[in-house]
Amino acid sequence: MENIIEIRDLTKSYFTKKALDNINLNVEKGKVVGVLGPNGSGKTTLIKILTGILRETKGEVLIDGNSPGVATKAIVSYLPDRNFLYNWMSIQDAVDFFKDFYGDFDENKAYELLDFMKLNRSMKVNELSKGMVEKLNLTLVLSRNAKIYVLDEPIAGVDPVARDQILDAIIGNFNESSTMLITTHLVRDMENIFDDVVFLKEGKVLLEGNAEALREDRGTQIDDLYKEVFGE
Amino acid sequence: MFFNENLPIYIQIMNMVKKRIVIKELKEGEKLPSVRELSTELKVNPNTIQRSYQELEREDLVFTQRGMGTFVTEDIDVIDNLKKTMALGLVDSFIKDMESLGFSIGEISEIINNRAKEG
Repeated sequence: MENIIEIRDLTKSYFTKKALDNINLNVEKGKVVGVLGPNGSGKTTLIKILTGILRETKGEVLIDGNSPGVATKAIVSYLPDRNFLYNWMSIQDAVDFFKDFYGDFDENKAYELLDFMKLNRSMKVNELSKGMVEKLNLTLVLSRNAKIYVLDEPIAGVDPVARDQILDAIIGNFNESSTMLITTHLVRDMENIFDDVVFLKEGKVLLEGNAEALREDRGTQIDDLYKEVFGE
Repeated sequence: MFFNENLPIYIQIMNMVKKRIVIKELKEGEKLPSVRELSTELKVNPNTIQRSYQELEREDLVFTQRGMGTFVTEDIDVIDNLKKTMALGLVDSFIKDMESLGFSIGEISEIINNRAKEG
């Protein structure tokens, strides 16, 4: 299988603290990969390097053969772990904003997803609940026909109904030609959608592999494995 | 849907489909839900569903028609055999549990017979 993301000896330091410590990781094209770890394990730092927001201290990151930059931003659709839309925007404004910004944005897909999420185009961002904001952000990110989707904590802090809608939207959008990298600490809710999982602890890769193979080898679901690894 | 047994998800989905076939919720020759439909219903990665269907096909319980989908076998004998195999599986695990409580095979069958008489 072809690797769409290659990470070599990646280290990121903030002064003396190492947020990422010599990470090596390949992500195959067409896979849904879960990056799992508690708060402060380095998940968001890793994602910010992949999306070109932060620079690595050492090592190399290649996305479809390129270092993070203009070329990779055109093919990576990124859901940050907090709202990225302005409060004054209506949902329609947000759609127009994305349409202007990204050449791969599919407006019709956005409207379909908004209907599915039961979001009304005339609503203002500052009138939306936390769950609705999350659904709107995800709608915009999934409406790009990107090669790679990077979703940072897509279901954190939303109610079970919104969570199910978000999972449905992610699964519905999945296809063999796109790759997804999803961080979460809500392992139980999301583990069934991962092909592969990566456990991050204190900036290091503790464990990685095919989710089903891990279940078979360890005789446990990923959630229980996660508790075993991080619960000590 | 949460999968609780300590088994890979694809095997748990196979068992679920097998049960649906045995209780005739899915009849012989009937079309299974598409990979995408079942993936959405169970909120499971489509690759996992695909693997379940492939393994079910390897066991001759379902067959695939190109461009049409996956169908339950039309061979009633295969389904009868599946039912027997599943029954034996349940009985075996029951006997194992009973033996771990210290019952002999003779005692176990006596308990069952008495239970059957009571209705």
